[in-house]
Amino acid sequence: MLKLDLDTNLVSRARAAATKISSDFDWLFDGYSSVTIERTVLRLMGIDGATEDGKPLPNLIVDQLQSAGALSKGAAIWIANAMHHESLSAQQVAEKVLHGELQLTALPMAEPQTLYDLLASLSSEMLGKIKAQKAQREDFYQKYGPRREPAIYVIVATGNIYEDLIQARAAAREGADIIAVIRSTAQSLLDYVPYGATLVGFGGTYATQENFRIMRKGLDEVSEEVGRYIGLTNYASGLCMPEIAAMGAIERLDLMLNDAMYGILFRDINPKRTLLDQYFARMINAFAGIEIQTGEDNYLTTSDAIDKAYTVTASQLLNESFAIKSGVKPQKMGLGHAYEIDPEKENSFTYELAHALLTRQLFPEAPVKYMPPTKFASGNIYKTHLMDAMFNFVGQLTGQGVQLLGMMTEAIHTPHLVDRSLAIENAQYIFRAVKDLGDNLELSPDSFINRRANSVLKEATEFLEKVAEEGMFAAMAAGAFAEIKRPENGGKGLDGVFERDPEYYNPFMDQMKKELGL
Amino acid sequence: MTQIVKPYGDTQNDGKVQLSFALPVKPDAQGKEAARMLILSMGFDEAEITCMRDLGEGFTHFIAYAATSASVDVSKIKVRVVETPVMDMEATDLYVQEHLGREITVVGACIESDAHTVGIDAIMNMKGYNHRFGLERYQCFNAVNMGAQVPSEELLAKARELNADVILVSQVVTQKNIHIQNLTRLIELAEAEGLRDKMLFICGGPRISHELAIELGYDAGFGTGTYSTDVASYIAITLSKKQAE
Repeated sequence: MLKLDLDTNLVSRARAAATKISSDFDWLFDGYSSVTIERTVLRLMGIDGATEDGKPLPNLIVDQLQSAGALSKGAAIWIANAMHHESLSAQQVAEKVLHGELQLTALPMAEPQTLYDLLASLSSEMLGKIKAQKAQREDFYQKYGPRREPAIYVIVATGNIYEDLIQARAAAREGADIIAVIRSTAQSLLDYVPYGATLVGFGGTYATQENFRIMRKGLDEVSEEVGRYIGLTNYASGLCMPEIAAMGAIERLDLMLNDAMYGILFRDINPKRTLLDQYFARMINAFAGIEIQTGEDNYLTTSDAIDKAYTVTASQLLNESFAIKSGVKPQKMGLGHAYEIDPEKENSFTYELAHALLTRQLFPEAPVKYMPPTKFASGNIYKTHLMDAMFNFVGQLTGQGVQLLGMMTEAIHTPHLVDRSLAIENAQYIFRAVKDLGDNLELSPDSFINRRANSVLKEATEFLEKVAEEGMFAAMAAGAFAEIKRPENGGKGLDGVFERDPEYYNPFMDQMKKELGL
Repeated sequence: MTQIVKPYGDTQNDGKVQLSFALPVKPDAQGKEAARMLILSMGFDEAEITCMRDLGEGFTHFIAYAATSASVDVSKIKVRVVETPVMDMEATDLYVQEHLGREITVVGACIESDAHTVGIDAIMNMKGYNHRFGLERYQCFNAVNMGAQVPSEELLAKARELNADVILVSQVVTQKNIHIQNLTRLIELAEAEGLRDKMLFICGGPRISHELAIELGYDAGFGTGTYSTDVASYIAITLSKKQAE
């Protein structure tokens, strides 16, 4: 069997450094909250809908509480108090606020215990619903059998959810295991989640709860037809990480792109905001049994894939340690890497094999998310198709968890129906052709692949130890990650971060922590 | 001198082309004939469907070969291309020192809805792309990269504030021709604000050509395969020539 001879001492040093880095943020996780976390709480309490001009009710309420200086206690307590006082549901309270008939902070405050009891029953109700969705997914896998490895993951990105559904169903029938609905460009920087079914997007389709519901329903139907459970994924990233995680948990998405640092580095979102939001978002994902996926491919699309291979390993270890803090199980950590080595480089495939094996072996239980060539994909669709075949070869040979299929038209447009079909055909052919090849091969101890994997691991370890010593925020500010400088108080969304009042209360976080054993 | 050409398969002027498309038909004899008739109605001869694949949802993929009798006279084709020679970083810095004698301010951004900085970063950021440093690394440039999703108004305001010589715009997302809308909006605003003739306007992206850029009212456009050296040389030479005029 293909197995690296990794330096176990380096592995434990790297993990220890990553753990040290993530545990430096307890002050943030325990002492702060953000506007999107509070909007998530409102959504979990059952508040949905939007104003006529498209402002979601959770935003409306959180904005009002924030300007009244009341948000530091958390949004839950104010809604609970109004519910108690007016004998209304959370949604009815929200609608009264919308129509200017209710001022949340003007009502007399009920006994805390009364409100805690009310919130406990609300949170049990919603978390029960999420648990039922989790059980439903598990039942489906039980009924139809487990997902293949690597799973075939394809994207749809028409901009229109109904058109996406046609393409998703076609892909499922051809063999896709997971459908990703790419988001419209720019959604990551919206500080709200659009409402309702959407028909126009650019380069993708807006992530909305209604769009989630439409796609999940369509995929449930096709799952039954093909006798295979088709997973659905979206992006709990940007300025609304936990809200999208909550929507996904309610609507039974199965995976979520949910990186701890991506927003900071590649979307210039404030570091504190991102870490705080990912902490709660991942807790929701963990609770809902949703597999998280991380965005290490971005390090390689912006830098050289050989020189910076260690940044992928370092980021995987950090993503792992932050995920553990939120209660995510190793089997649900889809850590990422990507096939982005320059095809003109001699032995590009050999290097790639070393990197792919390193990831596989460092995280043996993780359904590793393996990304296709994009940087060197070109208008030469024939060559891109060939590169995708090599990528599929590595994926099967090294037993990756999820293969994000490359499209021959990667560099040209969002995939046409035919492009996706050819990509699936490519993957199925290669996967079948080399199915058990890996079991028949061994690496010689002094092989280039062994040496290369250990040298990447060594670089990653030294990098993490340096960051652990400096502190992650200081290292980010100095440009240690992805060669981009991100100061602690820079970037978008910092004004949505606030310190918690001693009386702050988030019933969902409390209950999930308890149930996840955190 | 006229130079009339036709596609080449394996014999001069055989006119052979490959076609690949999906039709909303079933993968059966009728569907196949529909695909063939479609190709004939495009004006092709000798249409031959070589592959028919079921795509599900009522669609079928066809791969076909056909021959065209159409031809084109290459000698009559005029294409506008960026004609300035390409210099490396050191040569560009030296050139600017000798011919312009001052620093060039370039303000760049990925405008409007586009969140993809890969293009603007490859041209502007210090590290550049594929062993070519970005404009930030050049001595002759004061390069300001405003990043992604910059409204056109903000880009123009920054350019005015810095008294920029060049505005560099990247557009990566092109679905439903959103890039054309965005680029048009920027140039219209620049004209309205009287900035259009005060600086060079350059755009770039995977679906942008020099021809398209000129059509949209820009000074130059750069497409796939462009490096910082292409853009830097164009700016250095064009501004130096303008100054000399």
